[in-house]
Amino acid sequence: MPNYMMLLYSPETPTAEQADHATEMPKWIALNEEWERAGSLVANGRLYPVSSATTIRTRDGETELTDGPFAVTKEILAGYYILACADLDEALKQAERFPIARYGSVEVRPIMDDPTKNPVGDRAAAAAA
Amino acid sequence: MSATRGHPDVRAESAAAAAAAAFRDERAAVLATLIRHVGDFQLAEDAVQDAFAAALTAWPRDGVPERPGAWLTVAARRRAIDRLRRDRSVADRAARLAELVRLDTHDDEAAMSEQSAIADDRLRLIFTCCHPALDLASREALTLRALGGLTTREIARAFLTSEPAMGKRIVRAKRKIADAAIPYRVPADDELPDRLRGVLRVVYLIFNEGYAAAEGERLVRGELCAEAVRLGRLLCELMPDEAEAWGLYALMLLHDSRRAARVDAAGRYVALDDQDRALWDREQIALGLHALERAVRLRMPGRYQLQAAITALHVQAADPDVTDWRQIAGLYGALADLDPSPVVQLNRAAAVAFADGAGDGLDLLAPLLADPKLASYQPLHATHAELLRRAGDTDRAAQAFARAIELSSNTVERAELQRRLAALRVA
Repeated sequence: MPNYMMLLYSPETPTAEQADHATEMPKWIALNEEWERAGSLVANGRLYPVSSATTIRTRDGETELTDGPFAVTKEILAGYYILACADLDEALKQAERFPIARYGSVEVRPIMDDPTKNPVGDRAAAAAA
Repeated sequence: MSATRGHPDVRAESAAAAAAAAFRDERAAVLATLIRHVGDFQLAEDAVQDAFAAALTAWPRDGVPERPGAWLTVAARRRAIDRLRRDRSVADRAARLAELVRLDTHDDEAAMSEQSAIADDRLRLIFTCCHPALDLASREALTLRALGGLTTREIARAFLTSEPAMGKRIVRAKRKIADAAIPYRVPADDELPDRLRGVLRVVYLIFNEGYAAAEGERLVRGELCAEAVRLGRLLCELMPDEAEAWGLYALMLLHDSRRAARVDAAGRYVALDDQDRALWDREQIALGLHALERAVRLRMPGRYQLQAAITALHVQAADPDVTDWRQIAGLYGALADLDPSPVVQLNRAAAVAFADGAGDGLDLLAPLLADPKLASYQPLHATHAELLRRAGDTDRAAQAFARAIELSSNTVERAELQRRLAALRVA
């Protein structure tokens, strides 16, 4: 079975009614659960805002970092990786290794922790408090 | 605020002065350590702010503590605990709270075993604020805010922008540090040289923002120079074996020693040759020369040391005619090998013109003038004009002056160029 990547786009600052989390949340959770049960969910994640992005390019052996998302419109999205890294420095070190960094660019965006998958943190916090 | 003994006004005043001094001297260290403990820039900054507010209430009432820094550290940590208990959105909240509570109950032990870690905290903070994944303007602002202790309002004024815009920039940078997990650490040995160059560059940029300030902006932006010099000294204290840190510190001191002589009473720019050398700050020159000696003894040459050596030759000349231009030209040659940027090439050409004659300087300018990328580079045309004037080519000098004036964005500098152009026509 082939894999398909779904790219989700959002207005940078959605209006209150667009992003009505209270009504949206159960729908997201239901979708995730359905695809997990069916075994069709390979990976997913919610990204931090574009302002947290760093774009990396290597040119003539020099690494160039840009604070922000990739912006050159002549380049097209060609693939994606999701890597677990200790911190941004490690992520950038790995990103620099993609051959495409030499002629394209790699946008590094942190993925948010999924609070529904990791509820332990908050219970422990309540105990400590 | 009420004092139970002594003279309330005097007590309040000296306590406020002690708090102001502590804010200046201790804030960066208190903040740097708390960021390591709570792992969150914004939370730590808020807690440190709370602690200083608490000091302003407590010190006039209870007296100024013997060790203001330690008092502030404990107060900031307790405020951080309070804030963490309230704020459920912080990641790893549990682990952080547990660590803070542990530190708070075993304070003395912790303080002992932590001495060396604390010494490194300001370095961690510097490297985080100057991380290359943040844009350059954010690095400058964040460094001034976190290490220089300038308020957002002061930074906004110095960068000629509004307070809300600067506040937004700083908040965004701190959010990126948290969201993207920019690590809070001194880079490993293999990355250190590169990252240190980045830190020095940020400090030098801050200095230059202040140094190159135009008329009318001079007063507000002058404090950027003072802050940059302070940051430079801090880097030398924290990394005493880094030759380029000393080189940068020396360079800034030597440049800044001429500050009072660079503008006349009417606010006009005064060129190096015309400056009243009695106005140069001798004490600061001595400090700068001393820092340069420390740098050179480490035997790791670099571009800041070369620039400091060049500036040292200028400030050591009793008058412009005895400036050692040949040695300066040689140093610029060495600098151009490390950094073949137009700015260095340009200065090299000017120095060679003084050492060997305007013709030799003009020969070095030729490749720069042929580069279309530099067609709008104002200093190139200003230098070109000056060398043509000295070579006696009045017509072409006038053309170059006109071009330099057209490209100038600094009112003081433009007035000076117009004066030189007018003098050319009279002569």
